[in-house]
Amino acid sequence: MGAAAAGTVLVLSVVAVLAVVYPLLGDYMYRVYTGTRHSAAERVVYRLAGVRPDAEQPWAVYARALLAFSAVSVLVVYGLQRLQDRLVLGLGRPPVPAHVAWNTAVSFVTNTNWQAYPGEVAMGHLVQMAALAVQNFVSAAVGMAVAVALVRGFARRQADTIGNFWVDLVRGTFRVLLPIAFVAALVLVAGGVVQNLAGPHGVTTLTGGTQAITGGPVASQEAIKELGTNGGGFYNANSAHPFENPSGWTNWLQIVLLLAIPVALPRTFGRLVGQVRQGHAILAVMVVIALVSVLATNVFELSGAATVPQAAGAAMEGKEVRFGVPGSATFAAVTTLTSTGATDSAHDSFTPLGGMMTMLNMMLGEVAPGGAGSGLYGMLVLAVITVFVAGLMVGRTPEYLGKRIGAREIKLASLYFLVTPALVLAGTAAAMGNRAGLAAMLNGGPHGLSEVLYAFTSAAANNGSAFAGISGGSPWWCVALGLCMAFGRFLPIVFILALAGSLARQAPVPASAGTLPTHRAQFVGMVAGVTVILVALTFLPALALAPLAEGLS
Amino acid sequence: MAGNLMERLPKPLRPHLAAVRVLAVLTVILGGLYPLLVTGVARVLLPHRAGGSIVRADGRDVGSALIGQSFTGRDGAPVRKYFQSRPSAGGYDPLASGASNLGPQDVVDLPPDPRAADQAARKGRASLLTQVCARSKAVGELEGVSGARPYCTPDGVGAVLKVFPAVGAPTRVVSVNQPCPAAPFVAAYQGVRVECGRRGEDYSAGRTVAVRGDAHAVVPPDAVTASGSGLDPHISVAYAELQAPRVAGARGLDVRRVRALVRAHTTGRALGFMGEPVVNVLELNLALDRER
Repeated sequence: MGAAAAGTVLVLSVVAVLAVVYPLLGDYMYRVYTGTRHSAAERVVYRLAGVRPDAEQPWAVYARALLAFSAVSVLVVYGLQRLQDRLVLGLGRPPVPAHVAWNTAVSFVTNTNWQAYPGEVAMGHLVQMAALAVQNFVSAAVGMAVAVALVRGFARRQADTIGNFWVDLVRGTFRVLLPIAFVAALVLVAGGVVQNLAGPHGVTTLTGGTQAITGGPVASQEAIKELGTNGGGFYNANSAHPFENPSGWTNWLQIVLLLAIPVALPRTFGRLVGQVRQGHAILAVMVVIALVSVLATNVFELSGAATVPQAAGAAMEGKEVRFGVPGSATFAAVTTLTSTGATDSAHDSFTPLGGMMTMLNMMLGEVAPGGAGSGLYGMLVLAVITVFVAGLMVGRTPEYLGKRIGAREIKLASLYFLVTPALVLAGTAAAMGNRAGLAAMLNGGPHGLSEVLYAFTSAAANNGSAFAGISGGSPWWCVALGLCMAFGRFLPIVFILALAGSLARQAPVPASAGTLPTHRAQFVGMVAGVTVILVALTFLPALALAPLAEGLS
Repeated sequence: MAGNLMERLPKPLRPHLAAVRVLAVLTVILGGLYPLLVTGVARVLLPHRAGGSIVRADGRDVGSALIGQSFTGRDGAPVRKYFQSRPSAGGYDPLASGASNLGPQDVVDLPPDPRAADQAARKGRASLLTQVCARSKAVGELEGVSGARPYCTPDGVGAVLKVFPAVGAPTRVVSVNQPCPAAPFVAAYQGVRVECGRRGEDYSAGRTVAVRGDAHAVVPPDAVTASGSGLDPHISVAYAELQAPRVAGARGLDVRRVRALVRAHTTGRALGFMGEPVVNVLELNLALDRER
């Protein structure tokens, strides 16, 4: 079998597995977020934390709890990095510099996992376990909680509350993320991912050289890194590192893990609003966009349309032999379609158009299928904008799932949509007009602009992957990208929760002959069209100057 | 008691206190118990894998089966009796994992300029294309085959012209990666004589033209490109086949025996479609050492 054929079977097998995951995990998560019983472990957590799990919260209280939890998380992750030399398992490493520690804290709390540091030399095991891996769990659980809160807004009638943040956070962590991550971690160890608490182990190689074999709690972190669509690698090389991703089948497993929750959540949505077919429609939009993107990335990378890949005979610079071109291209597309940002190959060395696909995926708003939770709420906003556009065409008040999309709702949805482009374009412009910003580029010409555009897109969209030639470790870059990540995460979340509150208060309007059906192929096509057109209008000029200019030269 | 503290706090601070306590509890469970439990179970069930797949020879650790290493001597030259790994951006140092991150159109070298002010410019930088060409030439010489490739000059740099003016009929053409006194790889371009590159001259205003030529590459792609991790433990089957005669010659072994060992250390795609077939270089070299 040739590489292209194997790559095709790889994609089809992932689709087949996800077709099973969608109903199973989706229905399970529906039960998790609607159940009225608390497990014994959960009751202990609520008691120790002093929160009342049965008290429902209005949207503003829900939002305040979420923001407070995130603020405290940033402080703790920052503090553990700054004090790692005085704590256990620091491996004798010095404190992380202040600007890098702040950037990293924001990065992991916002589910971005942009890495301005090389993991194998900067972070001790305690920081990796107690700061970074903990945020891998809870930042994903926060995203899922926001998605469920928004769906409750659609499902509830004349209600003042949208759930309890602490309960959503703890249940998502304990009942969804932790059990799957535990099993996945052990499977990854069986594939060769390391899991110990040792420091670097010096060996003398066959030809008399020396090599430090690194250890660490890698598998436990790797599992949640993919499952929670986080993407922060234990090592600098991320999932290209053989200790994080040792073989073709662990690569396959990581692709499945990072798609599992975002793909299953539309099913949970369908169950929560009482119409499974509405979930099918949302999933269909995601699948259409994702398959086109994965296919295009594979075609561009396999064609190797650029000078160096043509000279080398294949686009193998920055790729591992065990994954090959298709295994790397599919991973790259999936990691940017979700908000993961893990990388099993160097996106910076991709062909110009292959690299552009990874950027375009993030610019789509990471909705196909997007991050854990953030993908669903992003796609629901696009559905709201679509019914609004359709309502304008026929001149009647738009409605979605029986809720009127009035002035307040569409304002919140528009604000949500505008945050990412504003941050990306303003940030890129600031970097290009500033010596400290320009100094970070490794490559010159349009490719250098691609590196900068990619960095701000990745930060604002909370992806975290990079055209890694960029050196984002300087104070200017750490602060600029840190602000992008924080605003790119929490402004949209506040708009979503406000939207949830405003929808929950409404009494549903009965469907009439004029109601746009939102479960048919027509609607799927409209949402996909709105997504692509909005993104094209926003980002085409920037893309034309960067990867398109490089690819067409 | 906990409830009392909660109610004594000013209202805006209450969620923060709850947040501190929830995070503390979750940190103990997710940041302590979870990784330690995985570590414990892994150590009992899969001690070799969890410990880093360490490989031993002659009673000592010589590396990890999953971490590539260089098989070069002190002078940096390849040791002829060993199969060679791929190029690495970090020199197979596990404390510096990563890729070159150079772009696919990185084709113009920055020649070393001893008079330049900053250190990077003094050292100069080979473009990714020139690195590919130079590696191909070196591998060709080591294995006794042709190291020629498309877009490469016979002297192993990127075959790239800078054409002036950038738009319109050319009046001046420079082979920009071949510093004088090198002979340019083509004598003329569209009727204009091609010059060698002069040190210190800025050619950035010209149009970049990479010249494909008619060379056919014998050296496989993975032998001339650096991996994503800088620690790739594998090479392609094609690269192993290319090296087999040289290794057999250096060891005085029958080449058929060496080829059989390559086959024995080749791992195919899992389930026939996951990933690509690979040869583990360290394990193959250890097997060769055990032959005699």
